[in-house]
Amino acid sequence: MDKKLKIRSKNLNFYYSQFKALHDISLDFYENQATALIGPSGCGKSTFLRCLNRMNDLITGIRVEGSILIDGKNIYDPSIDVVSLRGRVGMVFQKPNPFPKTIFENVAYGLKIKGIKDKNLIAEYVEKSLRAGALWDEVKDRLNNTALGLSGGQQQRLCIARALAVNPDVLLMDEPCSALDPIATQKIEELIHDLKKSYTIIIVTHNMQQAARTSDITAFFYMGKLIEAGKTDTIFTNPALKTTEDYITGRFG
Amino acid sequence: MWFTQKKKEKFMHFAFFLVAAASVAALFMITLFLFLEGIPIFEKVGFTEFLFGNYWYPTSEPADFGIFPLIIGSLAITIISALISIPLGVMSAIYLAEIASARLREIVKPIIELMASLPSVVIGFFGMVVVAPILQDTFDIATGLNIFNASLMLAFMSVPTICSLSEDAVYNVPVNLKEASLALGATQLETIFKVTLPASISGISTAVILGMSRAIGETMVVLMVAGGAAMVPESIFDPARPLPACIAAEMGEAPYHGDHYYALFAIGIVLFVFTFIFNFVADYISHKYKQTGDATL
Repeated sequence: MDKKLKIRSKNLNFYYSQFKALHDISLDFYENQATALIGPSGCGKSTFLRCLNRMNDLITGIRVEGSILIDGKNIYDPSIDVVSLRGRVGMVFQKPNPFPKTIFENVAYGLKIKGIKDKNLIAEYVEKSLRAGALWDEVKDRLNNTALGLSGGQQQRLCIARALAVNPDVLLMDEPCSALDPIATQKIEELIHDLKKSYTIIIVTHNMQQAARTSDITAFFYMGKLIEAGKTDTIFTNPALKTTEDYITGRFG
Repeated sequence: MWFTQKKKEKFMHFAFFLVAAASVAALFMITLFLFLEGIPIFEKVGFTEFLFGNYWYPTSEPADFGIFPLIIGSLAITIISALISIPLGVMSAIYLAEIASARLREIVKPIIELMASLPSVVIGFFGMVVVAPILQDTFDIATGLNIFNASLMLAFMSVPTICSLSEDAVYNVPVNLKEASLALGATQLETIFKVTLPASISGISTAVILGMSRAIGETMVVLMVAGGAAMVPESIFDPARPLPACIAAEMGEAPYHGDHYYALFAIGIVLFVFTFIFNFVADYISHKYKQTGDATL
């Protein structure tokens, strides 16, 4: 593997109170690659994704064992600043969740949070991010309209643009297309293809074809365990384990 | 069958219409009555003289019917109590909904809601026998029954309503909006002030309206602790005679269909217009900031 290591999960165990949701997950992610996390509902793939930007911290009664290293630093180290971590690890959610503000304000939000005050600079970044999110041409004439007037697919691309605006290294996507129609899905998939040139992308998906189309590496989760991970081509054509094959060919899950 | 489904349906429509019409009609009659009984005073005293006259001596010979001191008293008490109760209520709501642990929230919220059910006469009594002497001693003033005391007691009455309803509004902001903000690297405080509060501003303004409308028309508390002096106050430690307290105190002794009687009804009209404007503005604000789509509350 000539790619640079970005994230390393080492023996990660995760508990919701008494329930152990993740068992001993060790998995590496490389720069400028898209990794797909697949598996049946409740297998822990979303939980794992939310460990990577410590979004699970919001839930009471959780416990984490093991470590996740991003650029060599354990993000569960007590000295880590969670706020700046989340600035570096962006996230796109399952359901499009634009703020009830204007399109412009949605993208500018993260910039303002970062303390950028120069109006011209903000406008410049907003345009850049909306272009990166493949939304600029559709919204450039109505930046001051409410984001809630956009279609679902547009809203999701706005959320991607919003996440890109704060200039993260890593982009986590939690089933980003599950609420979208096929055309909007295709647009997002094309976008992922472009984005991985500059970002490390990790995408949770229920859609096998989507995983095959968008990712370089695929990791298969089942019952809170990482069953198998490897090159997407290999996983889909010649998986090492029977469970993986059964899931991919649709025999369960 | 004689009594067909369709006829039954029609009958039910009519029955509901009658019930609804009865309540609207009752309200309409009360308003009409208020205006009919109040307007005759304006034949005696000019409209501006009534509103802006500085002297309220309804029983002197000749009588003076100027309610300006009463209006100022009412406004002063309402505004000061709002200045106390809105920040207190909204901030405790934010604390309970966003910062406090789930357990603390479950204990504290019902207690605050219980406070809303305190009868106003009890609050007035408390203001009279507990707060008034303290104010008198602390600030070395002639009487503890004054604008500040009344404002404090009214704030005490409206905080539970404001807090409880605002808490609902803040708590009901969809969690995915908060997550979006946090995932962008915002701190919890930034998220509260830039996402959660703007998304719940419609609910919070409704809470403020309801809390304030309890205060603006409140009679018993102001009757007991505002001091009752019909003069334009010069400081917050001066006594005042708010509009509702004036009506309550004097209606019993005003001769039927006398000038005093008409004047008290005219005060009722003024009070009615005040609350009407207040509700109208508040309604406008709450609609203006109402958000549609995902964040609708």
